[in-house]
Amino acid sequence: MLPQQLVNGVLLGATYALFALGFTLMFGVLRVINLTYGFYFTAGAFVAWFVTRAGGGLWLALPAAALASGVIAVVVDALLLTRLRRARADELASLMVTLGAVLALYAALAALLGPDIRRLPPAVLGNEAISLDGVRVTQAQLLILGASVVLAGGLVWLVRFSRLGLAIRAVAENPDAAGLMGIDTARVAALVSFVSGTLAGAGGVLIGLAFNAIHPYMGEAMMLRGFVVVILGGLGDIFGALVAGLLLGVIEVLTAGYLASGLKEAVAFAILVLVLWTRPAGLFGRPVARRV
Amino acid sequence: MSALEVSGLSVAYGPTEALRGVDLRVAEGETVCLLGANGAGKTTTLRALSGQVRPRAGSIRLDGAEITGMRPHRIAALGLIQVPEGRQVFAALTVAENLTLGAWTLRDPTEAARRRERVLARFPRLRERLGQAAGALSGGEQQMLAIGRALMAGPKLLLLDEPSMGLAPRIVEEIFAVIAELKADGVTLLLVEQNASAALEVSDRAYVLEHGRITLSGPAWKVASDPAVVAAYLGG
Repeated sequence: MLPQQLVNGVLLGATYALFALGFTLMFGVLRVINLTYGFYFTAGAFVAWFVTRAGGGLWLALPAAALASGVIAVVVDALLLTRLRRARADELASLMVTLGAVLALYAALAALLGPDIRRLPPAVLGNEAISLDGVRVTQAQLLILGASVVLAGGLVWLVRFSRLGLAIRAVAENPDAAGLMGIDTARVAALVSFVSGTLAGAGGVLIGLAFNAIHPYMGEAMMLRGFVVVILGGLGDIFGALVAGLLLGVIEVLTAGYLASGLKEAVAFAILVLVLWTRPAGLFGRPVARRV
Repeated sequence: MSALEVSGLSVAYGPTEALRGVDLRVAEGETVCLLGANGAGKTTTLRALSGQVRPRAGSIRLDGAEITGMRPHRIAALGLIQVPEGRQVFAALTVAENLTLGAWTLRDPTEAARRRERVLARFPRLRERLGQAAGALSGGEQQMLAIGRALMAGPKLLLLDEPSMGLAPRIVEEIFAVIAELKADGVTLLLVEQNASAALEVSDRAYVLEHGRITLSGPAWKVASDPAVVAAYLGG
């Protein structure tokens, strides 16, 4: 029982980590709390639903959803936040603007497509499972794990080891000085929005796959988890988000398995409050500038 | 032709006028300093030149080409490079990464390596600390890094904003020795300084800025002997 729970928890946590990575990257570099981020998650799931309904396989649906979400993120960020960044508005301003925007986006999508839960075509899911020592892992779970590892690894490579990543880290620390170096900070902001959006969109597809339930407001519930993960991991901390995401997945699955399924969110938020009381800078508590 | 030619430059922050019709030029190879009290508009002048604030009126030309209103990264790519007030090195990044960022617009790795060698030869202490976070350096070392980072860009015109600010007297001497070296190497310099006597000593010409206007300009030796300048800035 326990090994199976742990495996399920890690797989769920991998998706949480993936989702939170984009959110924490956005905050770490662009210094905005962007609540529309949850909508990119919903958008990714819906794009995958449309693609698979049209007969496309998951190998087409996942990249298509990620790219589409990335593009949506760039457009939303440019429309909503460019002005705020230019005016050096504080984080509360971006929080309020994006809160309004995301509620409008969810409502518009629900009005357009209906609020009901949609399911992916059965052929997409691949219900075959591998069993090892009594631990059962489905194909969908393997895909979730593989995609999460590839995307998270790609992000770490981009930020830590590529030339563009150096520009991203420079902009994260001091956008004015980065501009003086000849870095086009607006383009870096767009790139970061795009990358974050692709991570959210991919997360939407994977969660849609894991629970086989896609609906307009799915990003809202995920956003709450995203907050728990980035606060546990430390706002803007990529490594912290990875660890905290896995941790949250395991905690939720164990709570559901050994206590009660309805309690898993209560436990998650109790931990959040506890961390904010005792370690407000997150579990690792690194200074903000060193996190990206 | 002047490397930098500024005419009628005006900048306002909301209703507050920070610069009112500033005329300024720096010839190629020349070292020019801009003096003035706190709040006179010195930093605003440099920020307008590097594109960080938009002028309300006036024109800025670099090597004869209009750069007024361009965004900072475009201006930097044209070779107008600013060492900002308070150094603003990237504290979380290593010394080596800071230098790489200085040559961001240069797409030729051989030339970048050559410039890096020259910077490290000029500032040997940076070579010992290449792998360290820039935030771990002393104030003087950070100023060396900020200047070295700017030199990585191969500047046509180098703007230095208060390079001696907040540094111990011995370090200030070192910084001015570096400025004199840069001048001897033919780098075109526009220097903003609180330390007027040291700035005038190293400069060819000087401008005095008061309440957003140029009130005096001329050869540095002449400005240094102006009674008003002596009274206001040289502690006479």
